[in-house]
Amino acid sequence: MDVAIVGLGMHPFGRTPSMSGLEQGAAAARAALADAGTDFKRMEFAFGGSQDSGNADSLVNLLGLTGLQFTNVANGCATGGSSLNAAYSAIKSGQYDVGLVVGFDKHDRGAFNPKPADWGLDDWYGETGLMLTTQYFGMKIQRYMHDHGISRETLIRVAEKAFRNGSLTPTAWRQTALSWEEIKNAPMVSEPLNKYMFCSPAEGGCALIVCRADIAHEFHPKPIYLKTAVVRSRNYGSFEVFSPSQPTEVADSPTVTASQAAFELAGVGPGDIDVAQLQDTEVGAEIMHMAENGFCAHGDQEQWLADGVTEIGGKLPVNTDGGCLANGEPVGASGLRQVHEICVQLRGEGGARQVPNEPKVGYTHVYGAPGISGVNILAR
Amino acid sequence: MPDAKPLHEGLFSWPALSPSLIGSRCLDCGEHTFPSQDACRACSGQNMASADLGNQGTLWTWTVQSFMPKTPYHTDETPETFRPYGVGYVELACGLKVESRLKENTPEELKIGMPMKLEIISVRKDDDGNDLLTFQFCAAEETN
Repeated sequence: MDVAIVGLGMHPFGRTPSMSGLEQGAAAARAALADAGTDFKRMEFAFGGSQDSGNADSLVNLLGLTGLQFTNVANGCATGGSSLNAAYSAIKSGQYDVGLVVGFDKHDRGAFNPKPADWGLDDWYGETGLMLTTQYFGMKIQRYMHDHGISRETLIRVAEKAFRNGSLTPTAWRQTALSWEEIKNAPMVSEPLNKYMFCSPAEGGCALIVCRADIAHEFHPKPIYLKTAVVRSRNYGSFEVFSPSQPTEVADSPTVTASQAAFELAGVGPGDIDVAQLQDTEVGAEIMHMAENGFCAHGDQEQWLADGVTEIGGKLPVNTDGGCLANGEPVGASGLRQVHEICVQLRGEGGARQVPNEPKVGYTHVYGAPGISGVNILAR
Repeated sequence: MPDAKPLHEGLFSWPALSPSLIGSRCLDCGEHTFPSQDACRACSGQNMASADLGNQGTLWTWTVQSFMPKTPYHTDETPETFRPYGVGYVELACGLKVESRLKENTPEELKIGMPMKLEIISVRKDDDGNDLLTFQFCAAEETN
């Protein structure tokens, strides 16, 4: 049984002081149900997640105590990807006909401050100042620039594109385009990445209604088909965050293994993708993920960015809504925002940021600590 | 009389004239880990031995921590006295890359491939005035 996405809902990302994270999740769920022309009573199951805003299944207090199966998902930055993966399996197996996937979060300002014990590490690691994701991102792109000839100009180009696309996206948090000089001269955070090159923890909610492909038109005239949903964790040797040591040989990241599996299962290749969302926790991540997902060779990004290949009008538009950089990262919702945006583009409802020539096949990639990657391939 | 002791036991040899990092080596597949652990990340075996990882290496990658981290960071610094520090992975003779604070803290002083050596530094004082120690790497003299 094929799987379709027939409802899209979002509570705008950014800051909403008047609403809890849970309330933002409920708002997103109601929007998705309305988009699918249905109601919560019709939902047979739900998968949902939030990192800092409580149990997703508390949503039934706001949406209705209907007795449905509601499973909480907690998989770090890949929470949204893992929720959609679970929903995909629930429909694919024939167990259920229609259900809800939802994610939301509301984080404090500033960098995340994870506890070493939650990651299997002793306290010294955090106390001496090594427990920061920002350091890892700086070190990974630093080595990548050294190995593959990526320049600082290319880092700036990615940030420039993100905020320009954000300025075209009504639900984005950062809606002001930034100039080359503003980005270049921003305060340094973790060499070589400065303030405008990182996304920030944020707030927001996102929801999707998922159903059997053969009943999709009962809900929406333009169903988007979820061709495959794959999640992978790290192999020995993959260079990941919160690693006091790394082995001699550097292995492929989980993004590479998830991407390869997804292309194989969907029966398409990188050249078939018309629009993509690639995890851009910072600008270096977007650059590395272009190659890790198979879209170009390592080092080609330098020319691709200079030529505008990943712009909205380019050959492979990437992060058309401004990605994490312009939307911020409410962890539970972020992976679903990517799928939401690809569905909007494939429906042709992107407005000022619509990819031209009626894109047919889309791709989403989420990546998170401590080395998890989720890839979805979607088509209309 | 205040003394000095490791913040966490078993990361480096102490007291020692020339301290070195301590990790473990898998007796089944030969892979090293730092810190020591009793199971192997590579082959899932549980046949591990302690290993002296030495005190020299080359810089594999680096960044600079430019702002004072939130908890669990715990030193005697204040936002006013905080001094940015380098962070990097140092590739040791056995091939293992160990993540470490770096003494050098500006892009001008740090370069991938530069030789590095281990040193022991104080993280903070405990309630009795004892220095709590950890390791960092700093630039080693070039031996041409």
